[in-house]
Amino acid sequence: MITGLGPHGGFILAAYLASALILSGLAVAILLDRRAQRRALALLEQQGIGRRSERKTS
Amino acid sequence: MASLIELANPARFMRVSNLLLPWIAGLAVLLLLVGFYLAWFVAPADYQQGETIRIMYLHVPAAWLAMMFYSMMACSALGVLIWRHPLADVAQQAAAPIGAAFALVCLLTGSFWGKPMWGTYWVWDARLTSMLVLFLLYLGVIALRRAIDEPSRAGRAVAILTLVGSVNIPIIKFSVDWWSTLHQPASVLRLSGPTIHTSMLWPLLILAIGFTLAALWLHAVAMQAELLRRRVRTLKILEAERLDRLSLQAAE
Repeated sequence: MITGLGPHGGFILAAYLASALILSGLAVAILLDRRAQRRALALLEQQGIGRRSERKTS
Repeated sequence: MASLIELANPARFMRVSNLLLPWIAGLAVLLLLVGFYLAWFVAPADYQQGETIRIMYLHVPAAWLAMMFYSMMACSALGVLIWRHPLADVAQQAAAPIGAAFALVCLLTGSFWGKPMWGTYWVWDARLTSMLVLFLLYLGVIALRRAIDEPSRAGRAVAILTLVGSVNIPIIKFSVDWWSTLHQPASVLRLSGPTIHTSMLWPLLILAIGFTLAALWLHAVAMQAELLRRRVRTLKILEAERLDRLSLQAAE
């Protein structure tokens, strides 16, 4: 594959690999953060902790 | 303007974003697949740069998005400072790591492209240096946010820094015209039209739209996470205050 990319194949692959690592790392971090916050909120609601206005309506 | 601000309330944002996110993700994946197929298997190698032109399909969208996200942050900063809108602060906070990631991708892919074409990974020319400054500004914004505990104070401080730093955006754009740079001048976003052949331009534009949708999807997810974090924080504070009141009443 690298030979098919010519004499600079290593640079091309390095650019794609670095980008994939950075962007997938960012996506995973953001998705894990949202999941953690959802769990924290669910835990609070399980303990009956909510805004007073929400308690009245529920 | 008032209706726009009403529209942008956190609860409505959560509802609308939950509806739109799967569609945005699907469209982004589709465009990225089509774009990379065209970029790798249909678009030709450049007559001078050879196969290294494939790096352009990452480098250019990353550069555009790094600047676009900073511009979005500057607009949000106005929302924070003028209207004190909480969703503007959330949007600004969520955008910073995404913009930083794209700025880093732009710098790294530029280095990997520069070494075989220019003979060096880095040169202190105006375009490269101003893009590095943008990356450092992103890091500064993230660090400043983390350095201040109180969210509304942090939001205002970050908004001011963001607005001051926004002067760098036109500098990046016009650096290749204002100074003599090793970096080539603009070849797509030009008043006289693109200078790239359509066989390379189409994959680039499709990938740029695909990356933009993917970045907006990430931004919306990050905003959801931040809204949830703030809700958790508020509930914990309210609960702590309630427990304080109860213990005071018991003591009396």
